Amino acid sequence: MASLDDLKKRISSVKSTQKITKAMKMVAAAKLRRAQESAERGRPYSEKMNNIILNLSSGLSDKENAPKLLSGTGEDKVHLCVVMTADRGLCGGFNSNIIKKAKVYFKRLSEDGKTLKIITVGSKGYDQLKRVYKENIIENISFKESKNANYFDANKVGKIIIEKFENKEFDVCTIFYNQFKNVITQIPQEQQIIPLKINEDETKKSDESYEFEPDEDEILENLLPKNISTQIFKAMLENSASEQGSRMSAMDNATRNAGEMVDKLTIEYNRSRQAAITKELIEIISGAESL
Amino acid sequence: MSEQFNLEIVSPEKSFLKKDNVTEVVIPAFEGEMGILKDHISLISFLKPGIIKINSGNEENSFYVDDGIVEFKDNNLSILTSNIFDISNTDKVKIQEMIKEAESDLASENLDDQRRFIISQKVEVLSSLN
Repeated sequence: MASLDDLKKRISSVKSTQKITKAMKMVAAAKLRRAQESAERGRPYSEKMNNIILNLSSGLSDKENAPKLLSGTGEDKVHLCVVMTADRGLCGGFNSNIIKKAKVYFKRLSEDGKTLKIITVGSKGYDQLKRVYKENIIENISFKESKNANYFDANKVGKIIIEKFENKEFDVCTIFYNQFKNVITQIPQEQQIIPLKINEDETKKSDESYEFEPDEDEILENLLPKNISTQIFKAMLENSASEQGSRMSAMDNATRNAGEMVDKLTIEYNRSRQAAITKELIEIISGAESL
Repeated sequence: MSEQFNLEIVSPEKSFLKKDNVTEVVIPAFEGEMGILKDHISLISFLKPGIIKINSGNEENSFYVDDGIVEFKDNNLSILTSNIFDISNTDKVKIQEMIKEAESDLASENLDDQRRFIISQKVEVLSSLN
């Protein structure tokens, strides 16, 4: 049995860990609120962007000559996967959930005999993937310096992707991120952004015809690269809200577990103290009796 | 009948401006400046660097935009843009910096004509602000 001193030390060390996790939980809660707000504020932009693209592409007469970003290269050989994770750990299953989802997808690709290229956004994803997929990772982007998800960063990623697409380095691009549902649930998502998949259910075909200036093709060509950045930005916002939510619940659990541990250790401490006292008493009494 | 319509300017990060009493908006569309009044035909276009002038009653605001997309439908004008600022409260130093940046972009070799045109537009508009 551990000595009283050892127990005391352990209790105090668990207590200080609990303090840290509690503080991290508070910080995550505050950041979560901000992240959620900015995710909400960013929504109108991506919605409007989506609407315009829907209107444009449904009105597109010449589907054959549609921009490649919309229709694809016509091939399906090289897949680019953009795996978006956090830069920091200690956020529960947040990073591993994305990685797990991505790995399932990678496996399917390799079974189908496709070539796989990976871009990781966020250092945790890179750390986890480099063990198995080192030669597939072509780029590792990390925004450790930026405090919040911002459009400037998203645009950088978007530009890299478009540049690679124009150099014909891949045919299909998919992004992986966590969608924020609520504090306890984040759903890992895979979303294909090149060629753009248009959700037919949401297509509210407007009968109204638009006046385009200049023509549809040119607008689409201008718009689609922007849409890529927008989608990535949206994923980044969702991701940062998810990260904070996940961290908050993970730290909440950790704090609770630490509390339980402190209780258990305290009982053990008290018991062994009591045992020591009893032992001493017995020794004294039996000593007195023998006299 | 009133001659007013709704305007919303959104950037990726937030809704930048929302107004429901706008009478006229002049936008720097790609093929030239374009004035939009109430009951304009439905329109989609994109922007080149320039000034957006918003006329709402007795108030007039001007904003600088880098690029963007415009949609007008049912008397709702939406402008999506990633870089926008109010001209009246931006200091000259920042504008100078932007000009310098654009000029250095222009100096680089590998630009296609369209890109070059857009950037030189930017320089022109920004210099006129100073």
